[in-house]
Amino acid sequence: MAAIEQDSDRFSLGQIWSDKRYRAVLTQILVVAGVFFFIAFLAMNAVANLEQLGKTFGFGFLWEPASYDINQALISYTSRDTHFRAAVVGLINTGLIAVAGCVFATILGFTFGVLRLSSNWLINRMVYCYVEFTRNVPVLVQILLWHGVIVTTLPHPRDALSPMEGVYLSNRGFYVPAPVFESGFWIVVAAFLAGIAGTILFRRWAKKRQAETGQIYPVFTIGTAAILGLPVIAFFLAGMPASLDQPALATFNIRGGMVLKPEFTALWFALSVYTSSFITEIVRSGIQAVSHGQTEAAYALGVRPNWTMRLIVIPQALRVIVPPLTSQYLNLTKNSSLAIAIGYMDIVATLGGITLNQTGKEMECMMLVLMIYLIISLLISAFMNWYNRRIALVER
Amino acid sequence: MADTTRAYEPGTHPSLPPPMSVSGPIHWVRTNLLSSPLNVALTALALYLLYLIVPGILNWAVFDAVFYAGSRDECRELGSGACWGLANVRFGQFLYGFYPDHLRWRIDLTAVLFLLALVPVLWDKCPYRRYWFIYTAIFPVIAYVLLLGRLGLEPVQTSRLGGFTLNVVIGVTGIAASLPLGILLALGRRSHMPIVRTLSVMFIEFIRGVPLITLLFIASTMLNYFLPPGTTFDLVLRVLIMVTIFSAAYIAEVVRGGLQAIPKGQFEAADAMGLGYWQSMRLIVLPQALKISIPGIVNTFVGLFKDTTLVIIIGLTDVLGIGRAALADAKWVGLAWEVYVFVAILFFICCFSMARYSIYLEKKLHTGHKR
Repeated sequence: MAAIEQDSDRFSLGQIWSDKRYRAVLTQILVVAGVFFFIAFLAMNAVANLEQLGKTFGFGFLWEPASYDINQALISYTSRDTHFRAAVVGLINTGLIAVAGCVFATILGFTFGVLRLSSNWLINRMVYCYVEFTRNVPVLVQILLWHGVIVTTLPHPRDALSPMEGVYLSNRGFYVPAPVFESGFWIVVAAFLAGIAGTILFRRWAKKRQAETGQIYPVFTIGTAAILGLPVIAFFLAGMPASLDQPALATFNIRGGMVLKPEFTALWFALSVYTSSFITEIVRSGIQAVSHGQTEAAYALGVRPNWTMRLIVIPQALRVIVPPLTSQYLNLTKNSSLAIAIGYMDIVATLGGITLNQTGKEMECMMLVLMIYLIISLLISAFMNWYNRRIALVER
Repeated sequence: MADTTRAYEPGTHPSLPPPMSVSGPIHWVRTNLLSSPLNVALTALALYLLYLIVPGILNWAVFDAVFYAGSRDECRELGSGACWGLANVRFGQFLYGFYPDHLRWRIDLTAVLFLLALVPVLWDKCPYRRYWFIYTAIFPVIAYVLLLGRLGLEPVQTSRLGGFTLNVVIGVTGIAASLPLGILLALGRRSHMPIVRTLSVMFIEFIRGVPLITLLFIASTMLNYFLPPGTTFDLVLRVLIMVTIFSAAYIAEVVRGGLQAIPKGQFEAADAMGLGYWQSMRLIVLPQALKISIPGIVNTFVGLFKDTTLVIIIGLTDVLGIGRAALADAKWVGLAWEVYVFVAILFFICCFSMARYSIYLEKKLHTGHKR
């Protein structure tokens, strides 16, 4: 024992490589030095290159007028606004497509995931074909396909297809009725919020009551009735303060209503369908991961079938489903950057596209775009980690 | 059939076929299609959907389609279905891009040699596998020489690479280069050295947090700033580097999952045997970890191959780019369905077979862990 200690106390130069501890330190010093020199090399080149081109580094260009148009802006925007505002419009468009895509993909994915498990052979196989055909084709091809189909095969607005009253499909976009809110509409919104708050309070009270007396109230049914029913009652009591603005055929175009641009529709549809095939597989494997013994045990205890699903199977399946679902949402958000291929003005197309080309500030623009995507990714994964921790199994 | 009127000695009666109610097609239909009222309704719905979809697709793609035509108008005169004349006329471009016509044999030869190089990778019982691997290892050099024309062959600019060839070149290079890099990153992330670990985590999370298209933009617009003034750097090579880095970060996460699934006892046993770090990784840990991560790795590869289409956004002409160019041609304008369905089928064949191979491999390697 003593000899070994003596050995390790005395330091010799050869130990730097032969002793594991010193070697670890040496390796790390070398790595840090290497990375440092690499970054210094890049930075020095960048400085030299910028100087040679007579460019400066700075974000002042963001406050100059953008002087380009954006075909879909949710906040007011004209070509005289600044590059910064253009970037914000792009960011909002990215957010819009991400949220809309995630919602639609989740609905499709969960529906098909349950159908994929159906004991019905035909349904089962059809969903399988859907999944394989959508997930093995690049999403960019799907985006271009739907965009191409809308733009080239649908008719001009003049003779737009009208599958139902108030809906017109044309190669300039899908025209749908737009809701028009009048001044009294806040009553309906207030009733909706009151319904949600009341349901939360009622649920809390019902839980306490159940813990004390064992009596159970149908919280779900009452809650749904309150959340949906109260606004409807308020709507009629307030004298119907909202109406639909129907689009109508004019001589050369369609007037009124709301238009879903071909770019948005194609991107939304393609991203949702592509992502839904992955979500389908996630949901299927999640439900399959809950062993049948759980269901049988619940039945043996006398729990009713729909309660078994709600209280036993779904909570356990969600635990398996949520982590991969998060990365699908992240993927959808990142894939929305492909919008640039069909001219949907998202953050990459505005800040990383036209602004970059107009101002020649490649480095600043790309840095901002990368930073924005990193922040979005971190936010989504932070939220999902929080949710995941909430539903995770508490082991003792 | 056994004679039912005859009396048999106990134990000598020949086996009868199982009754119709527990086997055979009728039983199959009953259990799989008509087991409950809900199932009957679902079957009816599914049949109705198939009736709506399948004849339409078949009529469009096969029966009413025009396979030989020189332009869109000619197609429309000949039939009401798909106009495959476009794919027919431009088939060479779809596959080879703008590679010089008289040199296309080099791409064909490379493709054949590539399939030969794949043999020892995919077929684990092939004879002389060890020697065959040597050929696989030097194949990239052969492909480089053949495709770009080195060693006295007529040189071809990388900008002439295009069509499906470009997709395959980017995909295969990315796959081959990102696996070792990804494994190194995964080991770095699991390392006990804090600086190496932090750097690996930062690198992986950064790459996974941004879309590939922004990395490709960096490759096409910004990379020149970071190189010594005056250097020019081939665009295809820049794309290759970015695609490799991108997919390496994803591979790293998949492999990390595999590494985490290996019980601690395996690491300790390797240490106890006196193996060094690299030895224990190479001989004990990685073979097990990679086996577990095969489905994830192949999924990443499929994703990478699909992502090769993104290069059209920075101006390279892959198979999708050729398709878009064809659509812009006045002769073929408006054939969006045909062009994109054709490209989609090409990718579907490649990606679907990769996925099926991964399932086959997973089943084959699933030894001894089955409960």
